[in-house]
Parts: sequence; C-alpha cells; structure tokens
Amino acid sequence: MSTYRTINPRVRRPSSVAKPRKSIGLTIAMGLFLAYALVPLGWLAINATKTQPDLFSGSGLAFGDSFALWDNIVQTFAYNDGIFLRWLGNTLLYVVVGAGGATLLATLAGYGLAKYAVPGRKAYFAVVLGAIAVPGTALAVPTFLLFSQLGMTNTPWAIIVPSLISPFGLYLIWVYTLESVPKELLEAARMDGASELRIFLTISVKLLTPGIVTVALFAIVATWNNYFLPLIMLSDPDWYPLTVGLNQWSQQASGVAAEPIFNLVLTGSLLTIVPIVAIFIVLQRFWQSGLSAGSVKG
Amino acid sequence: MTNLKRRTILAGIPAALTTILAGIPAALTTGALAACGSSTEEAAAGKPADLDAALEKGGKLTYWTWTPSGEDQAKAFMDQYPNVEVEVVNAGTATDEYTALQNAVAAGSGAPDVAQIEYYALQQFSLSDSLVDLTQYGFADLEDQYTASTWGAVNLGGIYGLPQDSGPMVMLYNQAVFDEFGIEVPTTWDEYVAAAQALHAADPGKYLTNDAGDPGFAQPLMWQAGGHPYTVDGTDVKIDLQDEGTRRWADMWNQMLEPGLLAPISTWSDDWWKALSDGTVSSLIIGAWMPGILEGSVPDGAGDWRVAPVPSYDGSPATAENGGSAQSVLKQSKDPALAAAFLRWLNSSEESVDVFLGSGGFPSTTADLTSEEFLSVAPEYFGGQKINEVLVAASENVVPGFEYLPYQVYANSVFPDTVGTAYTELSDLNAGLTAWQETLVTYGESQGFKVN
Repeated sequence: MSTYRTINPRVRRPSSVAKPRKSIGLTIAMGLFLAYALVPLGWLAINATKTQPDLFSGSGLAFGDSFALWDNIVQTFAYNDGIFLRWLGNTLLYVVVGAGGATLLATLAGYGLAKYAVPGRKAYFAVVLGAIAVPGTALAVPTFLLFSQLGMTNTPWAIIVPSLISPFGLYLIWVYTLESVPKELLEAARMDGASELRIFLTISVKLLTPGIVTVALFAIVATWNNYFLPLIMLSDPDWYPLTVGLNQWSQQASGVAAEPIFNLVLTGSLLTIVPIVAIFIVLQRFWQSGLSAGSVKG
Repeated sequence: MTNLKRRTILAGIPAALTTILAGIPAALTTGALAACGSSTEEAAAGKPADLDAALEKGGKLTYWTWTPSGEDQAKAFMDQYPNVEVEVVNAGTATDEYTALQNAVAAGSGAPDVAQIEYYALQQFSLSDSLVDLTQYGFADLEDQYTASTWGAVNLGGIYGLPQDSGPMVMLYNQAVFDEFGIEVPTTWDEYVAAAQALHAADPGKYLTNDAGDPGFAQPLMWQAGGHPYTVDGTDVKIDLQDEGTRRWADMWNQMLEPGLLAPISTWSDDWWKALSDGTVSSLIIGAWMPGILEGSVPDGAGDWRVAPVPSYDGSPATAENGGSAQSVLKQSKDPALAAAFLRWLNSSEESVDVFLGSGGFPSTTADLTSEEFLSVAPEYFGGQKINEVLVAASENVVPGFEYLPYQVYANSVFPDTVGTAYTELSDLNAGLTAWQETLVTYGESQGFKVN
C-alpha cells in the first residue's frame, strides 16, 4: 500500500492499474448504480421547475409546459410569511451548535481516551461500541419522555442536546488518534515543556484534522437530515427544521382543508439539499486524505 | 409494513410514528383518568358570565389549527377584542397535530388553549380528560345553531367542543368523462358498481373511483350503509365490524375491490391529485367540503365536475359525515374562560363564520346552510350547478347514531395492517375487518376498557 504515497508519478500505479482490463459487467453495474443515485435527484431538479398544475399533467421525467423554477423559489421563501427561511435558520442552528458540539466533544473525549490512562477505559470502550449499534430512532421515544419530564420539549434544546452525543465520532477519533498521533511526538513536546493543552491544540489537532472533518461531516449530515426526533419533540412550527417543515407542507395536501402546494414542497426539497451537497463537496478532500492517511501507517 | 407499498414514503412515516406513539400517551392518560378528581371540581366553578368578563379583561391564547382561514379569523377576533392576543400555530394536519397534542398532554405542558380536533378523534381526547367540558359556560344553549349530526359529534356526555364545519358525504363526478363513455349518473350502489364495470371495460386506464384502503373513508361508508360497528358507554366498548350495516357495505365494496375496479391510488397522494386532473378517476364519494378544494386545486377540471347525492342501497336517501372538525378547550389552558369565549366567537359568531365560508369551508351552522345567499351559489367550475342545494340536502339525510371508538386515532393507524391487506391482495374485506376487530379488542383491553 505504501507505493501509493511515493511522489514519482511514473511509479505511482502498479502496472495492473495503469493498464486496467475493461470489464463490461462492472461498467454496467456502475452505470446502474449511478442511475440509481442520480435519477431521484434529476427527478427533483426537473419537477422543481414546474407549476402545481404542470405537476399533475405530463411525465415526471420530462420538463413541463412552463419553466417556473424562479417563481417557485420566490414563492417558497415568501409562503406563510417566509416560514421557510425560519426553518432554514433553525436547521443551521441545530447543525452549528448540535453537530459542531458533537464534533468538539467527540474529539476531546476520543483523544483523551486514546492518549491518557483513564480508569475503566475498556468498559467505556465497550459501552461506546454498544451505543454505536443502537439507532437513534429507537431512542427517540425514550428521549422524548425524558425531555418531557425535564420540561424541555418544544424548545431548541430538545434537538440540540441529543445531537451533541456521537458515539461513532468518539470511536473514530479514538482509533484515529492511536493511528496518527505518535507517542514519540507527544513525549518530545513534553520534554520541551509544552503543556498538555498546548500540545493538543498545536500538534494533535493538526494531525487529527482529517479525522475531525470526517466526524464533523457525519454529524452535519445526520443533524441536517434529522427528522424523527424533531418530529416528536416539537409542536411549534417556529422551531421546526427543514425536514419536518417540508413534511408539514406535504401533509397540507390532505384532509378537509386540503391546499396542495407540491410545487413548493419540491422546490423546498431542492433548496434543502443544496447546502449539504456543497458542504460535502468542499469537505470531501479532507475526508479522502483522512481515509488514506489512516491506511499508510503501520 | 406491507402498507408502505401503497403509500408514499412521506405519508408512511407519520403513520408508523403514530402507531408507535399512540400507545404511550394513552397508557399515561389511563392513569390520569384515575387521578383527575380535583380538576373536575375546579372546572365546575366556571359560569356563563365568566366569558364576557374574560374578554373584557383580556389575555393571551394559543390556538392550534390547520384551517386555512384560522389566521384571518384570529385577526378579526383581535380587532373586535383588542385586549386579547391569539397566537395561531399550525402544529400539523390532523394526525400530526394529534401526536403533538397527545405528547403535550403526556408531558403535562405545551398544549395550546384551543385546538382543532376532528370529530372522529374528539372522544379519544375527551375520555383521556384532556378537554374542558363547556357545559359550565352555558354552551348547551348553542345547540340550536348547529346541524344535528355535528352537535351529536361534540356532545359526548359533556360538550367537549364547538363544531367548525361539517362533511355530509356526496358524490362528485366528472360529467365530461361520463358523457364520453355514455355513463348515467348512478343513484343506487348497484348502478354504481355497474357503471364502474362499464367504464373500466371501455377504457382499462380509467376508474370510476379510487380507494387504496383508507379508514377515514371506509367508516363513513359503513355509517351510510347503516352500520354501527362501535358502541361506547363510558369505559364499556362494544366492537362489531360484522354487524348488518357494516357487512352490507363490505359485500357491496367487495364487488368493486375484488375485480380491480378501484384505482389503487391513495386519496390525497400526489398521484390522486393527478388522477383527478387527467380524468383517470372520474367520481368521488366524499364530504361536502370537497367542491371548494376541487375548484381551488384541480383547475384542469373546470366545467367538468358535478355534484349528486351519494348512491343509496334501497332508493331512499341516506348519507354520513365524512371529516369535519370541532375546536376544543384544553384542560392545560391557564385561562379556560377566555379560551371558551374565543371558541364561542370562533364557531358561532357571524363575523367569524363569514371569514371561514369565504375561504371555501362548508359550515355546520344551520343559519348559513339555509340562507338564500348560500343556496343560490352556482359556480362556473360546476357548470353553473347550484351545488349547495345538493350539499345541504345531504346534511339533512345523515343517518343518526353513529359512534367512534375512544381510541379511534390508534384504530385508524392500524387499519392499513389489517383491512389494508384486503386492498393489496384484492381479497374479501370481511376477513380484513375481522382481523381489525381482533386488534382493536386486544388494544382496548390493554388500555383498561371493557371490550365486547
């Protein structure tokens, strides 16, 4: 594996990779996978350009008679006194405080557990591993009952506090620290008289950056897409994140006072995924280097 | 989770959620039933004169509703009573709101002062001691203002709400499609089934109507057929989903379902709206509130749709209530007299009902139903037909005496798992109804009811 890291591009790839065999089967499988991933996105992009009546006539995979994307965007932001913007702000709040906090806590705890002698470390390790196996959805109802006893339902804290805990992030930083922060380096720094905090901030954090970004990326995506927890925690639309808000718009198409606004649901969905796609594209290079850096050591 | 096939994913998630959550608050509130002795005492202290005093004094209220005119009604109220501030919150449509409401009741805080609750769900909330009995504020005097069927829906051994709207069932049909295929407007269910066969045979892409298994539709149809599947007396509950009337409906609907004459499209799904637009589905058996929605949201059907009474079994007119809501005052309200005063204004004052009617709602107040102005409306969308004459006639033909379960929200949430299989397999509805009954009996007993 270490050949990947050598600088000379001519010897960068083993010959079997430099002259790859063409595999029709694999190409078809890749194509199917690509279509599987892209068709729903394409459908969303196409249908976000249609007016409500246009959505009900003609094929879902072709453009309609009108091109109303801009109108839809304006309407989405204006509908119901601009509640969409409020939901966007809420989502950002939950992501910045919740996912940001989760990353911070996971980094501190993971690093600490990896580099310091903590009593009961093995038991802690087992608990964290076990916690990774429990899906958040299964905990949502008990969490709700707990928060309702604390009187914290229907507040932003009901979303932020549960988001702060990321056992997977902690585990990842823990393992990553063992791999990428050499003990010798820390010892050298200590010899030079650096405090533990300074060592952490100036040396370890830099070495851990790819791992931290990875954890942040996971936490951001999880918080951005969080649906079930806010759905049961919140009843005031002023605190909804985008996911729950869009569902409310979608549900508006049913019942005695039905007012379908599918065009706004679709445009809103499209607008909702734009930031998360952008974050992913910007941060993915850190992530890639993080994954490969983990593999060269050893 | 076979029902997921028939639903959009978005619609499936809240349904599954309600199933999970429905059990928790209900279990908690059974405890509340036993512990509520003191709250009834203090509630009984209210009197009619309190309402005007409360309006004078003023205060702040929270009102949960998904009615489109809710915001405008609240504004009109605040113009009239400047001391009162009403915050309108859309906490979700129907079951989404009930989940939030049950959560707030279970949590002991966070409930609004006034909330919109559909008639079928009202008993569930009144029996779990979440609602204020409005009798103490003299609401019994308001009875004359409402149709018999809507008053019956809020008068549950106490007045637990005030009717906002009503939904006597009628038949909407697409005249253009009927003309194209030479179909006469059916007046009996036998004719309706025959028309469905003729239409689907002439064009397999077209259906007379759709039904993918919807408890909010099936139960009004049982009601219309003379079924009384539920009898409730305090905590004694009797469930018989095979009584004469219910079987009558199931046997008739089997003739539609088993040969595949029902379009397998969920009502309210995006597919459904599309099917109404392009003529795939050419008639609806639905509440009287639907014409306004059709006109507002299916512009392609302009001029094509008409209204007729629901087909009957024996030639004599009979219908049922489909949908419709009341507003209720929650026990958690810090100022129940003010909340009741707002509610009285909301659903019985002319100023408020006018705003509601202006948004296309269908009233529950007899004065509005019988007014010359209302009856003479002849929308172009319905080819100039005086549709309200048909709708109001329906409101007078509602079969009396139908009751819902005290855990109807839960019951509806498990309908897809039991009766729903008959819809996916195109098999006998009676088998599905029997399975549903078993689930409901078991659940009721686990909640402390004496069932069957």
